[in-house]
Amino acid sequence: MLPTAIIVFREVLEAALIIGIVMAASRGASRRGLWVSGGIAAGVFGACLVALFAEAIAAAAEGMGQELFDAGILFAAVGMLGWHNVWMSSHGRELAASAMKLGTDVRSGARPLWALAFVVALAVLREGSEIVLFLYGIALGGNGEPVAMAIGGIVGLALGVVAGTAIYWGLVAIPMRLLFRVTSWLVLLLAAGLASQGAAFLMQADLLPPLGSNLWDTSWLLSDQSLVGRVLHTLIGYTAQPAGIQLVFYVATLLMIGGLMRLVGTSDRRRTSSSGRSVVSPAE
Amino acid sequence: MRPFVFASLLAVALVAPSFADDAEVTITLKDHQFDPSEVPVPAGVKLKLLVKNDQTVTAEFESNSLHREKIVEPGSTIIVYVGPLDPGSYEFFDDFHNSTRGHLIAK
Repeated sequence: MLPTAIIVFREVLEAALIIGIVMAASRGASRRGLWVSGGIAAGVFGACLVALFAEAIAAAAEGMGQELFDAGILFAAVGMLGWHNVWMSSHGRELAASAMKLGTDVRSGARPLWALAFVVALAVLREGSEIVLFLYGIALGGNGEPVAMAIGGIVGLALGVVAGTAIYWGLVAIPMRLLFRVTSWLVLLLAAGLASQGAAFLMQADLLPPLGSNLWDTSWLLSDQSLVGRVLHTLIGYTAQPAGIQLVFYVATLLMIGGLMRLVGTSDRRRTSSSGRSVVSPAE
Repeated sequence: MRPFVFASLLAVALVAPSFADDAEVTITLKDHQFDPSEVPVPAGVKLKLLVKNDQTVTAEFESNSLHREKIVEPGSTIIVYVGPLDPGSYEFFDDFHNSTRGHLIAK
């Protein structure tokens, strides 16, 4: 039961942290719960499909299908997170202002919540498919007691949900006028970390050169396997032994999304310079 | 025309190594053990690892120092390209069964 709980928890953790951040970043937007739960449901459905076709995916692209699939999902999520952040840089000020006044934003129809829902779906799909394959393998093997396995799975899932809820409550304790600034930084770092993971898969598929296979090694300080290491891996892309190409993708993502945010944020400030201080753009 | 030629050459340069005559090594997972668990490999060349899962449960072949993670379903074999490696020891493990560990020893 315990090993099952630990593995399910580990896989759920990454998706749960992402969902926690997305929920905090979309605070005040109407119907965000619907979007996010829709994303989760789509992700669970997708995870089952992926697990079902896992062998076909693995065999595709001369045995490199898994890598390309993972990289594709990760870069799609990076694109969505970037799109949301850039959009928020240009509209976040009005949203924050109206959210503070009314507790809801009147223009949520235009807000790209679909982008966040998509990110949630992709995170659930990626981590969920591993859980399905793992549990299915045990169930097929017939060597684990089904009840113990089910309890382990539920405990792992519950612990993951606790972690996601914790980060959400931690974030929403931040005053509203600072919240968007904090969450857009978090989303930016999250995107950079996912891009670095995506680069690792392309490197694994031999489509990118490593550019130095291990730039440094901080595993003595914080192992990738430890709980803190795993949490930081998701949140900011921590890797104890990064390859050069991962650093390149990390920094390039930060610069690209951060630069675009600054660009649209500046033009927005010029338009609405009377409405006071900036609430969102972290690129300042 | 020129940029296209350059791009094609670049693409070939990036993809080509996987089609070269890589040193091939098979590692089999059985009863939650890697066989062999200490794998001597040549340093400085590209390696093609074939990881075979002879178990009834799913495994995930993973290595932090090699930057590899890949699911291996029961009864199937995956291909993992690594290297060229500097001489040294590189740990790998089954992420779904953490005590199942082994090393590539590059010389």
